[in-house]
Amino acid sequence: MAKLVINHDKINHKKMMELIDLCPFNAIEEQEGQTYINSGCKMCKLCVKNGNGSIEFVEDENVTSVNKKLWNGITVYIDHFNGVINPVSLELIGKARELAGIISHPVQAILIGSNVKKIAEELEHYGVDQIHVYDYKELEHFKVQNYTEVFADYIEKNKPSSILVGATTLGRSLAPRVAARFRTGLTADCTILKMKPNTDLVQIRPAFGGNIMAQIVTERHRPQLCTVRAKIFDIPKRTEEKYGKIIDHKIDIKKLNSKIKVLDVVKKDKEVSIADAEVIIAIGRGIKKEEDIEMIQEFADLVDGKIACTRPLIECGWMSNKLQVGLSGRTVKPRLLFAFGIHGAVQFTAGMNGAETIVAVNTDEQASIFDVAHYGIVGDLYKVIPKLTEEIKRDRRITF
Amino acid sequence: MKIAVCIKQVPGGTNVQVDPVTGVLLRDGVDSKINPYDLYALESAFQIKNQVSSEIGVLSMGPPQAKAVIRESFSMGVDTGVLLSDRKFAGADVLATSYALAQGLKAMGEIDLIICGKQTTDGDTAQVGPEMAEYLSIPHISNISKILEVTSESLTVEADMGETIEIQTIGYPCLITVEKGIYSPRLPSYKNKLDTATREIKVLTFDDLDDKDEKKYGLNGSPTQVERIFNPPKNPDKEMFLGDGAAVELFGKLRGRKII
Repeated sequence: MAKLVINHDKINHKKMMELIDLCPFNAIEEQEGQTYINSGCKMCKLCVKNGNGSIEFVEDENVTSVNKKLWNGITVYIDHFNGVINPVSLELIGKARELAGIISHPVQAILIGSNVKKIAEELEHYGVDQIHVYDYKELEHFKVQNYTEVFADYIEKNKPSSILVGATTLGRSLAPRVAARFRTGLTADCTILKMKPNTDLVQIRPAFGGNIMAQIVTERHRPQLCTVRAKIFDIPKRTEEKYGKIIDHKIDIKKLNSKIKVLDVVKKDKEVSIADAEVIIAIGRGIKKEEDIEMIQEFADLVDGKIACTRPLIECGWMSNKLQVGLSGRTVKPRLLFAFGIHGAVQFTAGMNGAETIVAVNTDEQASIFDVAHYGIVGDLYKVIPKLTEEIKRDRRITF
Repeated sequence: MKIAVCIKQVPGGTNVQVDPVTGVLLRDGVDSKINPYDLYALESAFQIKNQVSSEIGVLSMGPPQAKAVIRESFSMGVDTGVLLSDRKFAGADVLATSYALAQGLKAMGEIDLIICGKQTTDGDTAQVGPEMAEYLSIPHISNISKILEVTSESLTVEADMGETIEIQTIGYPCLITVEKGIYSPRLPSYKNKLDTATREIKVLTFDDLDDKDEKKYGLNGSPTQVERIFNPPKNPDKEMFLGDGAAVELFGKLRGRKII
């Protein structure tokens, strides 16, 4: 078993204290005068790298790995509702094409549902090599166990190397079950995907809920699964001519025996969605009082923008959680985004750094929002916004 | 009925950075708290207990300090608590974490309903609940925004599917993950805290689990590996405006480039 071995002979009291300080997870402690690693250990191996040989990482001798050559293709799960393909699935097809090019693999789509022939035909215009279809009336509603059975059937028959799933509500419920079924890796909410020549998918995502990116690989298992949020990648151009092959699959319907009953499906009221806004005014902790949002609203009206926010403003109840931008909120890709009083944790920036132009105002020159902004003002938003508002108003007066 | 709620101790703050020289993770303070989303899972359990007589147990995994969140759940009204704690679970990714927790749930005996929060604030993956359900071969429904009916055989719920709300009935045994805001979580009560101060928290180690294949736990049971961690790329092309005229200058720039 791969493990950390403590070389007690190389550790004096001072060294032990250094190690205790070094561990970001408080997993190194003193027990009866000796250094001890508790179960808080996340195997980040910082103590190995920085401990001058006092702690060693001992690798498992007989590491088993799959034969990667047997796993071929990049599969995209097609999320759809009411006959319409969720745009995130098309975005992933575009990315899959790019990744597949590096390793000369085919791009596959898996389409599960009832009466989905039209969707399969629509997919023929997006450059997918194989469109795998499971069309059964038992699959009309998303029941996670039934969909998992179908997905498992597909994987067993086709052995795709990588599987990309949109991080929709459905995708986030289905992908983990598929990953557990095959005892393989799943990386949530990737923001960057790359491909190694040996077919390992490089999955990069913000980690620890903070300002850190983690690069993750699934080196010894196949298939390798990941989920990706909407609007991270671009939708490929729809081609006029058709391409790819539609493959109809059969499955034993006795396997589709989920006991869950779907009583009703109600379309939610179309709410004002920040995901579709052209201009967004995002506000954060720099806003001191709820009433101050009025000042932001005036500015937003002037630039035809929608107000959005970071998690703290949701937590204090000033804004609806539908308006949250970031990893636990929405991903947005507007033409113009203003970030007022937002420090800019990756949690937030991962949800907005695709914006065409980003303008940030923050009192702290070191704020990480300035690392993604195109234009920045170091200053108090309570002074800057009224000034900007005034400028725009004056400009409009001249124009009209 | 027996209900299990899975809870996790998470860092109090989320302000983490990498030291560019040493590559060491720098964390802001060391305080920790119960994962905020788990409070909704706990409250859902209490609300269900109001309708169908139930025993509520919590399960957590982590270092011995994680007992603190189990203690806190006692002062809210939870009946029993189990902590999975062993160095053999160290370095676990989602898959190995889910497997250990699923084994822990099995060790807790027959359970009718497992409730999880939507996700944690430190991992933010929302994957552990569904993976446990798969390991336990039971159905699950994620993102439940409302519990409409509770009987001793099943739950009828509203699941928020993004564009739609689905009303579904799910029989026990099953697992659900609940949305933030499903109920208002209660505060810990001082009286409960006193009453439960000496209540035992059962600690389960690797040896207490049914499956003793070490390859399925901790680092060895984790198919994903973190190759490296890094700060997001900096942005050298930005234009900064300082001083009193900053707003005017910025406006001029945006207007000039027809952005406004």
